[in-house]
Amino acid sequence: MSEVRLTVAKTYKLYLGGAFPRSESGRSYPVTDQAGAFLANAAQASRKDARDAVVAARKAFGGWSGATAYNRGQVLYRVAELLEGRRDQFIAEVSASEGLKPAVAKSTVDAAIDRWVWYAGWTDKIATVFGAANPVAGPYFSFSVPEPTGVVAVFAPQSSSLLGLVSVLAPVIASGNTCVVVAGEDRPLPAITLSEVLATSDVPGGVVNILTGRTAELAPWLASHADVNALDLGGVAAANRVELEKAAAGTVKRVLRVPVEEPDWTQAPGTGRLRALLETKTVWHPMGA
Amino acid sequence: MAAAPQATTSGADPTTARAAPPADLADLTRDESTLRRFLYGLPGVDAVGVEARAASLATRSIKKASKLWAIDTAIRMVDLTTLEGADTPGKVRTLAAKARRPDPERPGVPSVAAVCVYPDLVATAVAGLAGSEVGVASVATAFPSGRAALPVKLADVADAVAAGATEVDMVIDRGAFLSGRYGLVFDEITAVRAACGEAHLKVILETGELATYDNVRRASWLALLAGGDFIKTSTGKISPAATLPVTHVMLQAVRDFHARTGQRRGVKAAGGIRNTKEAIRYLVAVHEVAGEEWLTPSLFRFGASSLLNDLLMQRRAQHEGHYSGPDYVTVD
Amino acid sequence: MTSWEYAPAPESREIARLRPSYRMFVGGEFVEGTGEPLKTVNPATEEVLAEVSTASASDVDKAVATARKAQEKVWGRMPGAERAKYIFRIARMIAERGRELAVLESLDNGKPIRESRDVDIPTASAHFFYHAGWADKLDYAGYGPDPQPLGVAGQVIPWNFPLLMASWKIAPALACGNTVVLKPAETTPLTALVLAEIIQQADLPPGVVNILPGAGDVGSTLVNHPGVDKVAFTGSTEVGKSIQSSLAGTGKKLTLELGGKAANIVFDDAPLDQAVEGIVNGIFFNQGHVCCAGSRLLVSESIADELLATLHQRVSTLRVGDPLDKNTDVGAINSGMQLAKIRELVAAGDAEGAERWTSPCPLPERGFFFAPTVFANVSQSMRIAREEIFGPVLSVLTFRTPDEAVAKANNTPYGLSAGIWTEKGSRILWMADRMRAGVVWANTFNRFDPTAPFGGYQESGFGREGGRTGLEAYLNV
Repeated sequence: MSEVRLTVAKTYKLYLGGAFPRSESGRSYPVTDQAGAFLANAAQASRKDARDAVVAARKAFGGWSGATAYNRGQVLYRVAELLEGRRDQFIAEVSASEGLKPAVAKSTVDAAIDRWVWYAGWTDKIATVFGAANPVAGPYFSFSVPEPTGVVAVFAPQSSSLLGLVSVLAPVIASGNTCVVVAGEDRPLPAITLSEVLATSDVPGGVVNILTGRTAELAPWLASHADVNALDLGGVAAANRVELEKAAAGTVKRVLRVPVEEPDWTQAPGTGRLRALLETKTVWHPMGA
Repeated sequence: MAAAPQATTSGADPTTARAAPPADLADLTRDESTLRRFLYGLPGVDAVGVEARAASLATRSIKKASKLWAIDTAIRMVDLTTLEGADTPGKVRTLAAKARRPDPERPGVPSVAAVCVYPDLVATAVAGLAGSEVGVASVATAFPSGRAALPVKLADVADAVAAGATEVDMVIDRGAFLSGRYGLVFDEITAVRAACGEAHLKVILETGELATYDNVRRASWLALLAGGDFIKTSTGKISPAATLPVTHVMLQAVRDFHARTGQRRGVKAAGGIRNTKEAIRYLVAVHEVAGEEWLTPSLFRFGASSLLNDLLMQRRAQHEGHYSGPDYVTVD
Repeated sequence: MTSWEYAPAPESREIARLRPSYRMFVGGEFVEGTGEPLKTVNPATEEVLAEVSTASASDVDKAVATARKAQEKVWGRMPGAERAKYIFRIARMIAERGRELAVLESLDNGKPIRESRDVDIPTASAHFFYHAGWADKLDYAGYGPDPQPLGVAGQVIPWNFPLLMASWKIAPALACGNTVVLKPAETTPLTALVLAEIIQQADLPPGVVNILPGAGDVGSTLVNHPGVDKVAFTGSTEVGKSIQSSLAGTGKKLTLELGGKAANIVFDDAPLDQAVEGIVNGIFFNQGHVCCAGSRLLVSESIADELLATLHQRVSTLRVGDPLDKNTDVGAINSGMQLAKIRELVAAGDAEGAERWTSPCPLPERGFFFAPTVFANVSQSMRIAREEIFGPVLSVLTFRTPDEAVAKANNTPYGLSAGIWTEKGSRILWMADRMRAGVVWANTFNRFDPTAPFGGYQESGFGREGGRTGLEAYLNV
C-alpha cells in the first residue's frame, strides 16, 4: 500500500484583534519561494482591514500600556519560548521565503529568538534607564517617566522576513505600544506563523495586528490615519517614503529615522528603536508639610 | 466703650459688632466629633503654593500718596507692645505717651490702636492713656505658654478686664490642639470670651507651634467659631512668629468666615515685623487676600514694638524728601 | 475711606539700552541683512521700538555656510570641556545683564516686568548653565560612548518667551557640539540680538551661533536649507505640521514643540486657595501666551459654583496694564493680529452659548490689551474648548468622576500639559499616570526647569527640551 500522504495545506490569514480573519475584501495573492515555486495564498488586506486593525490596536492600548512592566516582560519571554518550540517550522519558512541555506536559516531563526528574549528583558528596565529624577531648583519633586507613544504602524522589512520583523516589532511592544504590522510583501509567511505564536502566547489580542498584502496599497491609509501615533517606514520603498512622511505630518506622527537600505539585522540593536517610540512625561509636585 | 477701642473712623463699625455665629455654624460646634469633622473638612493648604503666592505679592510696590496712606494706616494698626519680665510702670507710662503721640514734633501723626501689656500693668496703661482713644490690650490666660488650669486663666482675664483692659489677647492651649482635643480648645475660648465681658477678644494661635498651614487654618476657624473677635498669629515668644504665608492663611479664614456668615473678624500679625517695608507687605496681603474692607485698625493689627519707629522714620522720609535717622525718633 | 492704590511703579525704559536699529548676527559679526528691514513694535503702546534688519535667502545661505565651517573646523572638534566654558560664560553674562534683558523683553513682547525679571531671564541663564555642564559629560548621558553632534541646527522660535526659547534651543545644541542658525520671531527679535552681543562678548568662535531676524519666509528657507542637519521649531501646530511635511524625506532630525489645550483638573478635595492661584497662573501667566497654558479648567461639579465665585474674585484683582510696571500682573497681547484672533474665538464662545465673565479691570487706552476672561458652561464641542486661544481666556467645564475627568482631559489632539489639584496622593499618581501629556503639574502649574524635560504628546509635537532626555535632539543617536 502506498504511504504517500497528501499534506494538509495551511491557509494563511490576517491577524487582527486576536482573531484570524480573511481580508474583508476577499482578496488573496500567491506567495512563492525564491525559486518562484508556489508556497501559499496570502490574504491581501484592504484599507478597511487596516482601519479595523487600528481600531483593534487602539482598543488594546490601554490594557497593554497599563500592564506592569514585569508582566509585559513575562508575556514577551513566553513568546520566545513558543518561538523556540516552533523553531523547525520557522527555519523551513525562513529558508523558503528568503532562499537561505539551512545553516544560515537556522542561525537567523536563532538570532530572532534571542532578539525576542533581549527585548523581553528590557520591559522593566526602560523606566529606570530612560526615566529621571529631575533635580529642579525649587521645592518640588519632579520626575520623568517614559511612556509608550501609542498605536504604531510598522512596515516590516521586505528582505528579512523573521529576524528583521522581530527586530522592529519587539521594541514597539516591549515599551507598551500596540501596533499594526504590514508584513514584508513577498515574504509574509514567517510573519503569519509568528502571529499564530502570538495568538497562543499571552499577548493580548489587538496588541499586535499583522496584515499581509501590498505595502504600497496599505501605507497611505495608515500614514494618514489620525489614530495612528507613529510610523516605521522601514519596509516601504524609499521612493514612496516622502509622500507618507508628508501624510504623517498631518497629525504630527512620530516617524522613525530608518536607513534607506535594510540594515544587517544580526548586529546588536542598541536602544534607538526603543527610545524612538517613547514619550517622556514629566510630573511635578510641591514638597511641603 | 463698646467693642471698638481704637481711633477709627466715624460711627459704629457694624463689622465688629458682637454677633452670635449663624445657627448652622453653631450647630457645627455642638459636640467634639462634629467640630472635628468640620475642621478636617476644610480644604487643605498647599505649603509651597501659599508661600509662592505670598512671595509673589511681596514684590508689589506702592508709592507716593498710597505709601503715605499705608504708613499712617499701619501706625493706626499698631498694638504697641511690651511683654518683658523687666517691664515696669515707668516703661509702660513711656509707651503710653508714645502711643498717644507717636511723633510729638508732627501732630498729624495718628495714635496707635492700643498698648499691649501684661495684666498687672493694665492699670498703669489705662492711667497713661486716659482721655485718648488708644485701647489697652492685655495678654492673659497664662501667656505665653497657656499652661495653667482654666480657673487660673479666667482669673487672669478677669483681672485684666477689671483693671480696665479693653482688649484681651488670649493664647490657645496648643497642647490640646495638637493632641486633637478641639472641644477643649473651643470651650476654653468660649469661657474666656464670656470672662471678657465688653472687652475685645484676640485669640493667639501661636502658629509657630502649630507648625502646619492646615493646623493654622483649622485653629483659625476654631477660634472664629468660638467667638474670637480677632485671630492673632503669635505671642512673639516663639520663633517663627508672624510670617506672610501664615497671615495669608488666616486672612483667607476671615474672608471665608465672612462669606459664610456675613461677619467680619480681624487678624493680628504679631512678632518679627520690624520695618515699614515688611508692614506694607502685610497690608498688601490684607488688601489682596481679605479685601480692602479689612484695611482698618478694627480688622487688622500689628503686634510690634520696634516697627513704630521705622514707620515714623519712613513717614518723615516721605514727607520731607530725605531719609531720616534713628536719632530723630524717640527711643522708648 | 481708604486710598489704597498701587501707584505706577515702572521700571525705567532706559535700562533696556534700546537702540534705533539692530542688525543680524552672522559669523561673529553684526551685519546688515539684505531682506526688507522690519519694525518691531511695543505692543503696550503700539510705538515702533526699533528697526531690525532681516535675512534674505542669500543671507540664510551665508549663515548656514558659516555655521557649517565653524562646526567642522572649530566647534565640533573642540574638547567638551572647552565648549563648556564658553557656555558657562554665556550663562553668567545673561545674569549680569539680567535687568537690561528683562526690560527689553517686556518692551518688545509686552509681558509684565515681574515675569521677564523673575522667570524668563533667570531661567534662560539657568538653561545655559545647566547645559554647559553636559558638554564634557556626553559619554555619560546614556546614548553610548562618544555620541556625535548632528552638525548645523536650524532653529525657529516663537514670540511668547523670546530669550528663554532662544536659550532652550541654543544651549543644548552648543553643548552637544552643533552650531546654530536661529530665527527669532518677527515681532520679538530684540533680546535674541542682545544675546548675540553677549555671545560675541563671550568670545564664542565666529559662526558657532548665527541669528537671523525675519518673518516666516526666513524660517521656511532656513529649515528647508540643504545645509541644515537638524531642525528645531517651537510655535503653532499648524506651522509645525507644514515643517514636518516639508522635511519629509530629507532625513533631517526634527523636534517640534507645538500648541496645547491643557486641562487643569480640580477635585473637590483640592487645596482650593492654591488651586485658584494655580488656575490664575495657568491661564493668565504671560497673557495666556503659553503653549502649556491651563486653558481648560475641569472642575468637580460639586464645587464648581464655589470655585468659580472665588476665581472671579481673584481674577478681578489682576492688574492689567503697563508691562514695565512692577505691579502689573497681565501685560499686553503681543500683536494686533493675536488680539484679533483672541477676539474672534471669544466671539465664537459667545455665539456658541458659553457664559462669559470678563474682569472689570480697567484697560489702557492704547496698546493691545485684553481683559482676563472666564467662560463658564463650556461644553467639549465648543471651539473655545478645543482650539488653542493663546490668550487670557479660560474655559470652564465640569466633571463628576475621576474617569470622566481623564476622558475629558485627554479628549484633544494636543497633549502638552495637564494640571491636577487634589490632596489625595494616590489620586494624584493615578491621574498623572493617565494624562496623555508631556508635563503634568500636580498641585502646582507652569513650573519649568532646565533639568526637567518638556515637550508634548500627539499634535503638541515630539522631542523633549531639558534634562538628559533633551540632549537626544542634538546628538546623532
